[in-house]
Amino acid sequence: MSEKENNEKQDAGKVFLDELTAEPSGETFWARAWHSISIPLLAIISGLVLGGFLIAVTSDAVWAAWAQSPWEAVKTAVVEVRIAYTALFSGSLGSPSAIVSALRGGDALEIRRAFNPILESLTASTPFIFASLAVALGFRSGLFNIGAEGQIFVGAIFSVFVGYSLTGLPAIIHIPLALLAGALGGAIWGFIPGWLKAKTGGHEVINTIMMNYIAFRLSDWLLNGPMQRPDSFNPVSPTIMDSAKLPKLFGPPIRFHIGFFIALGVAWLVWWLLFRTRWGFDLRSVGSNPHAARYAGMSIVGTTVAAMSLSGALAGLAGANEVLGLNHFLAMAFSSGYGFDSIALALLGKSHPVGVVLASLLFGTLRTGALRMQVVAQIPIDIITVIQAFILVFIAAPAIIRTIFRIRGAAGPEEAITIRGWGGG
Amino acid sequence: MATTIIERREVEIKSPTRQRVMGVLFLLLGASIWLFFGRGIEAGVETTFKLVPGGFESSLADWTLPALATLNILAFASAFLGGVQLVRGFGKRTNMILGIVASFFIFGFLVWAAAGKSMNLAGLLNTTLSKAVPLTLGALSGVLCERAGVVNIAIEGMMLAAAMVGALVGSVSGSLWVGLLAAVLVGTLLGLVHAVLSIKYKTDQIISGTVINIFAVGITSFLSAKFMQPNQALNDPGVFRPIVIPLLSKIPILGPILFNNNMFVYSMFFFLILIHVGLFYTRWGLRLRSVGEHPKAADTLGINVFNTRYMAVLLGGAMAGFAGGYFTLGSVGRFDEIMTAGRGFIALAAMIFGNWTPFGSFGAGLLFGFADSLAGKLAILGVQIPSEFLLMAPYVATMIVLAGVVGRGQMPAADGQPYEKE
Amino acid sequence: MEPVLELRGVTKRFPGVLANDQIDLDLYEGEIHALLGENGAGKTTLMNILYGLYDPDEGEIIVRGERVDIQDPGDAINVGIGMVHQHFMLIPVFTVTENVMLGEESLKFGDFLDRESAAKRIREISEQYHLEVEPDVKVEDIPVGVQQRVEIIKLLYRDADILILDEPTAVLTPQEADELFKIMHSLTEQGKSIIFITHKLREVLDVADRITVLRGGKIVGTTTPKEADKNKLAEMMVGRAVQLGVDKGPASPEEVVLEVRDLVVANDRNQVAVDEISFELQAGEILGVAGVQGNGQTELVEAVTGLKDVVDGTIQLLGENIANADPRAITEIGAAHVPEDRQRDGLILAFPVADNLVLNTYYQEPYTKGVVLQQAAIMDSARTRIAEYDIRTPSALTPTSSLSGGNQQKVIVAREFSRPIKLLVASQPTRGLDVGSIEYIHKRIIEKRDEGTAVLLVSPELDEIMELSDRIAVMYRGKIVAILPREKATKEQIGLLMAGVSPDEIEGVSSRKNKDSAQEGLTS
Repeated sequence: MSEKENNEKQDAGKVFLDELTAEPSGETFWARAWHSISIPLLAIISGLVLGGFLIAVTSDAVWAAWAQSPWEAVKTAVVEVRIAYTALFSGSLGSPSAIVSALRGGDALEIRRAFNPILESLTASTPFIFASLAVALGFRSGLFNIGAEGQIFVGAIFSVFVGYSLTGLPAIIHIPLALLAGALGGAIWGFIPGWLKAKTGGHEVINTIMMNYIAFRLSDWLLNGPMQRPDSFNPVSPTIMDSAKLPKLFGPPIRFHIGFFIALGVAWLVWWLLFRTRWGFDLRSVGSNPHAARYAGMSIVGTTVAAMSLSGALAGLAGANEVLGLNHFLAMAFSSGYGFDSIALALLGKSHPVGVVLASLLFGTLRTGALRMQVVAQIPIDIITVIQAFILVFIAAPAIIRTIFRIRGAAGPEEAITIRGWGGG
Repeated sequence: MATTIIERREVEIKSPTRQRVMGVLFLLLGASIWLFFGRGIEAGVETTFKLVPGGFESSLADWTLPALATLNILAFASAFLGGVQLVRGFGKRTNMILGIVASFFIFGFLVWAAAGKSMNLAGLLNTTLSKAVPLTLGALSGVLCERAGVVNIAIEGMMLAAAMVGALVGSVSGSLWVGLLAAVLVGTLLGLVHAVLSIKYKTDQIISGTVINIFAVGITSFLSAKFMQPNQALNDPGVFRPIVIPLLSKIPILGPILFNNNMFVYSMFFFLILIHVGLFYTRWGLRLRSVGEHPKAADTLGINVFNTRYMAVLLGGAMAGFAGGYFTLGSVGRFDEIMTAGRGFIALAAMIFGNWTPFGSFGAGLLFGFADSLAGKLAILGVQIPSEFLLMAPYVATMIVLAGVVGRGQMPAADGQPYEKE
Repeated sequence: MEPVLELRGVTKRFPGVLANDQIDLDLYEGEIHALLGENGAGKTTLMNILYGLYDPDEGEIIVRGERVDIQDPGDAINVGIGMVHQHFMLIPVFTVTENVMLGEESLKFGDFLDRESAAKRIREISEQYHLEVEPDVKVEDIPVGVQQRVEIIKLLYRDADILILDEPTAVLTPQEADELFKIMHSLTEQGKSIIFITHKLREVLDVADRITVLRGGKIVGTTTPKEADKNKLAEMMVGRAVQLGVDKGPASPEEVVLEVRDLVVANDRNQVAVDEISFELQAGEILGVAGVQGNGQTELVEAVTGLKDVVDGTIQLLGENIANADPRAITEIGAAHVPEDRQRDGLILAFPVADNLVLNTYYQEPYTKGVVLQQAAIMDSARTRIAEYDIRTPSALTPTSSLSGGNQQKVIVAREFSRPIKLLVASQPTRGLDVGSIEYIHKRIIEKRDEGTAVLLVSPELDEIMELSDRIAVMYRGKIVAILPREKATKEQIGLLMAGVSPDEIEGVSSRKNKDSAQEGLTS
């Protein structure tokens, strides 16, 4: 290999790292790679430790033991936390022994049951992938899309409407149509704050929050009125046609559907768009320095509107994925906070599609496991939200993690995601 | 020497568009009063407004209006103002006229909605005031933080956490005041978290606020599911009772609305005045605002930017905690999961709407509270407008304000920017 | 006599840089002591140490014979040190009184502000030192020159007797600067001592009692205006014999490239910033636009490059009207722009050098095929340009933020100059650069002219305008008050024009109406 080719190869690796870290340094490839993942990794560990602490101090058993001696309390606490986290991981990944014995037994249903937890985790991470790609794309374009929640709602409304109102279509047409409708709904909900930002400077954080609540009220009205299921008094929409349902790949009880693969495909597409096309160059330039982007002849208005619409479309897909793949109808408050979770995930994944997918897999796993933890250890599922907040703190203020674990600070300036003041500009 | 020969043309290039847009808007509002409200009403139908809230001795006669004539007058007056605006323009008073026309429209709506029936106007205003309390208090929290240059979108989370702890401690201690104190302390504590993250660690302030919001949702739901739902005794703090102020409450119309409330309403007025005077007439306020406008300039004059910002955010947290206490101790008497339901964000909107000033925030809080309480009345009156659309109004209004249609607000210049001492 | 202020062995290190190296400096009562040095010589660092904004690594500060420890600006104020910063430290939405009293408020009834008594004190100070200001107006409503007086009043209000003025003339006309110098003398006559920081030789010789020259963080020497002259000071500043002025042959102007007619542009506050100006620019000449900052130059440049909307009038570039055209369309016709603020407008600092080198051509072949970026082509062109323009960077993939100011400017120059261009708009192209980089950029601009490019050069540095221009246009309050051929213009004339003196009153400048100034400029 010639020296030049060698350089090129190294360059390619470095480019990838640059996409991930944006930290200049003269270190080796592996040292930099460690730098870019050490903080998220340690943040996750610290978050889980703090979560364990919370489980321990809210446990009756631990307090009962405290009455005997502090040592007893510590022992009980360890046991309690171990039970909880064992449930968390067996509930989300499946237990190895069950898998082995099911494979030995050869019974199809048993095998499916054994593999169900991990497939369920993948299913649960699918909406996270879409929604956090939405937020990440916004970050890369210098926009804080705090409105993924509303965009998910509107996406779900559009796609469920296409799902139940169009009849007689073959699945090969109906499914893409319903997905696109979801993307369109989200895109509209992203377009409005994007347009306002570009044209009037109205800050997208406030506007997307407002759009969230408008979306809630809108769905409230639709589900109690025009879109209410004819035979029902509950605020739910009709069930979608079979032809609009995302195909499941295995028999019951496995709910895993092709949405997961669509999400991976979309993640690749977002990466390609951001880092390999001139449109992505526009987005990243406007995101990094809008003044220079404008100087270089890029359209700030066009790019901002496109970025917000695209971001909204991705979030809309998350909504579509949920109604087409799992619920098959729309109910109030179905989204359970994917929009806000996705902010944490985008930050955890450093707003890079690869990182975002990994972070989403982690959270899908935690969520799935938490359901089992709630059953086995009577720990409310909301513990996951708390753990997530802890992780986010450590990601957002890496200096805390550095202090705890005594990691050297990066040589260059931190990649900071900063939002310019309210009024825009 | 240096004779100046050319005076620079300092004339503002007026945007004639805005003048026209406003004029057309006034005309449209006038037309819709006539079209949507006036046309459907037959001559002779009357609208009756009760001027005394329910539960009070009716000391005042009801106010009865001929519906059609009233609507026609309102429509004509709006259209006239619109015409004047188009021809001549109101210049700097345009916003005031906008306010007047908007209130014509709202009043027209009420006259139409209650045509042939009777509506308790005083009751409506009373609900408006109580709905405005958490919004105004929350907005005051925002004013304190943002005037010092720290964006606070965590008002929601601070209120939620304070509401829960207020209920819990209030139930356990059996004292509303102890519960309230705990609520304020929790708000302050989350303020401290926000301050440390955004001032010390220079985390992006919106991310820091988001963290607090997520954390508050998680921890309150977790604790409430773990303790308060299984054991209702932990979730029964009671509420602060209304205090009728003698004499003042006898003032016609305003008396029963303003002076028959619980301590939160009176406190709101107290804090409004306190913070207004503090911000604009004292050394404390001058320094706080200087840190939010130009921290470096303040630093070069020996003002400790970090301490000033810490203080402001802690006070802001305390204020949000107090606002959170209202939900459980001043209103419902019980904690429910996610009971703040986005009011922290509306409070933020009220602050922006109110141009980062205490009284402006209060005005916006009243407006949003009015939309909220009216939405509740519509169903009772059998009006064929989905209340959801009325509930959307505050959000839409905020977006319009933010877009600069009503003129740009005076945001503190360094709002949201961490201060980096070189 | 004992000095009022002494610095002994003050040293300050930043990562990778020794900003101040064993600095000794003294200041006597009633003295104006000039601190002269290039950009980056360490003047501002030193003064920030003195004012408590930086902590020194070594050394001590002695005020009136006593060693003091200055941790923050509050300490500095307490020992009587005050500083007027290069960028004013004023809060636009506060009144003059509020700005002055901030941190040292007059109070009544406990913590309430006593604006009246503060305003009275301000009036007294302004009378005593001939610093006219109106205490009750908002700072955003007063002109820059008056804002500077407010800054000085801030110091006097705190009874500072050691005043540090950091590049105070950067925003002033030569005449306003003379006014400032009078004020400085009146201050020293009343017992104040002044440290005057600048990089302008003329000012030092005019106003200082003593001059200390700083280079590369070290003191080169101390002298007086009597002993020194411009050339000697310049040599001390730069460390080698400096040729003041550039080699440049006569211009050979050809066809008209840029024609501006009755142009009106508004500023961000919607006021008229460029007021019906007209001029023409020919291929192969440099038209310098002189003027104090804020007289419409920025808006003119932004209008010509498409960054700002035009209210009225036309701009013809090679026969095409480009008023309100898109920046990209203007670039494609053949315009290049070296922006005033390179870090804000000219570069995306987080991006690698290679990306910045194609910042306005990335979408064209060969850098993009279809919509897909061609990484290899971008890298190839980056390597060529890095070599050709001598950009010092570890690699083409290094983030631009880690380059020095001079090398960042070279990235912009490389990007803009390596395209076939017909018009070059250069706005303050050497702002904040060291002498070596300035010489380099000047040489490249003249090369471009000689290749037949039309150059519009905007700079508040009169010396730069005088050195490079073939014709000089002076802007004042949004108008071009005169266009003079370089050979006929003197610094004094230009200075007076910049200050707003009517051309009729200046010897050697013929009276002209604004509209036909362009024609006259052409014929001369």
